[in-house]
Amino acid sequence: MNLGAQVLSLAKRSVVRTIRQPANWITPLIFPLALMAVNAGGLDSATALPGFPSDSFLAFFLAFPFIQGALFATVNAGVDLARDIQTGFLNRLSLTPMRGAALLFGHLGGVIVMGFVQAVWYLTVGLLVGVSIASGVLGALVIFVLAVLIVLAFGSFGALAALRTGSTEAVHSLFPVFFVFLFISSMNLPRNLIETDWFRTAASLNPVSYLIEAIRSLIIVGWDPEALALGFGTAIVLAIIGLTLSSFALRERLART
Amino acid sequence: MSATLSVAWAVGWRMLHKNFTTPSLLLPGLAFPLFFFTAFAGGLSRVNDVPGFDFPVGYTAFQFVFVLLQSAAFAGVFTGFGIVGDFESGFARRLMIAAPDRRGILLGYAIGALGRWTFTATVLTAVALAAGMEVGGNGVDLFALYTLAILVNACGLLWSAGIAMRLRTLQAAPLMQLPIFLSLFFAPVFVPLSLLANWLQFIAHGNPVTLLLEAGRSLIAGSPTHVAYAFALALALVVAFFVWAMRGLRKAEAAGAG
Repeated sequence: MNLGAQVLSLAKRSVVRTIRQPANWITPLIFPLALMAVNAGGLDSATALPGFPSDSFLAFFLAFPFIQGALFATVNAGVDLARDIQTGFLNRLSLTPMRGAALLFGHLGGVIVMGFVQAVWYLTVGLLVGVSIASGVLGALVIFVLAVLIVLAFGSFGALAALRTGSTEAVHSLFPVFFVFLFISSMNLPRNLIETDWFRTAASLNPVSYLIEAIRSLIIVGWDPEALALGFGTAIVLAIIGLTLSSFALRERLART
Repeated sequence: MSATLSVAWAVGWRMLHKNFTTPSLLLPGLAFPLFFFTAFAGGLSRVNDVPGFDFPVGYTAFQFVFVLLQSAAFAGVFTGFGIVGDFESGFARRLMIAAPDRRGILLGYAIGALGRWTFTATVLTAVALAAGMEVGGNGVDLFALYTLAILVNACGLLWSAGIAMRLRTLQAAPLMQLPIFLSLFFAPVFVPLSLLANWLQFIAHGNPVTLLLEAGRSLIAGSPTHVAYAFALALALVVAFFVWAMRGLRKAEAAGAG
């Protein structure tokens, strides 16, 4: 079996396993949209602030589910990988000709499929409730590409946590940490409208802000090269860092077995 | 009566000891309210400038009341997780056999929830004041605000205890927290009721949390409004959830305490 077939085989397993655990796909599909509804309903009047970039808070906030959904997919995927370690599946796999890279990319392949399904779902719901995409159909496709890239980047960190700790509990405990990154960002207001200095600085240092702003720009602005460059650049850098560290962790983990 | 109290103190002390000596129990209960307070009061302070937003003591105080009530409710829910843990480990079974009056068990858990929240509320208040929160209310107003939060804490505990004693498994955790989470967030969290989107305003009007929030905010602002209604509602909820929890206790007894 060549590397491609190995990756496909493990990706298929990852997708099937996700489908068989409804909590793993229902939560990422429903919860981010519920939170979006609450925030959009609660902060609709914020669009009256001078300088607010949209007259619809819902359109402004539609980028949020993409990021929160990616967090859910990441944690679930990390937990699945950690479970493979805890149950000894990884040990048994290491006795086969399966290559380490196939394990990592096959696993992340499942996360990417889930991320893509989520992105299509969020955008469809957004369009159904009246949001229009300023960058058009091509922009929607770019949103899907960026969403998948974000899921890959976050997923690699989920895999890293699983490979380093080998514990489902430890991967679960990552969720609040990711959540902090999400909330201390420009998710609720544009950075130039955040009044509290330290919060604006933290949001500017937080890579999640740039991911949100890139998706948001495609929805409410159109084609903003700076926002897109920062968003794609951030996602690519995070993915490279995550994948590199995960590869090292996998090598260590397999050496230990 | 003394049997009830002695059981209550024993269970309460155990819950408090467990909470304050186990960082993985103590820290989430403390970190989440602080985190929400920071994210909402810090990140959204500009909402103070939204036309029609006229809360006199500023956005930090506006959010503080929400986070205070939220922390009170969730201190109760987190204690509910502890009750389930006691059932799963078999401790609750031994406790029921040993307790001369089992109502004391419920009272003990309530003491644990209150102690847990008191610590969180103290830290939260200190952080809010350090962050420059303005307080318009006098001592009596603030006493009423914290008393209201204690009633919310009791509601959270009694609701989750009712679930915990009926189902006796940690898989019931979402059932304990989701209704409370939803009722808290389908209320005027970020702006006053009049500034909510129409559909959310409609839901918030029928949500009892709205009255508690608005009364709490009026107390911190020093212009008490609908406070008597809010206390009547909170007391009614405590009574209703007490009946719910007591029936749960009876069901646990009937099931042999798991």
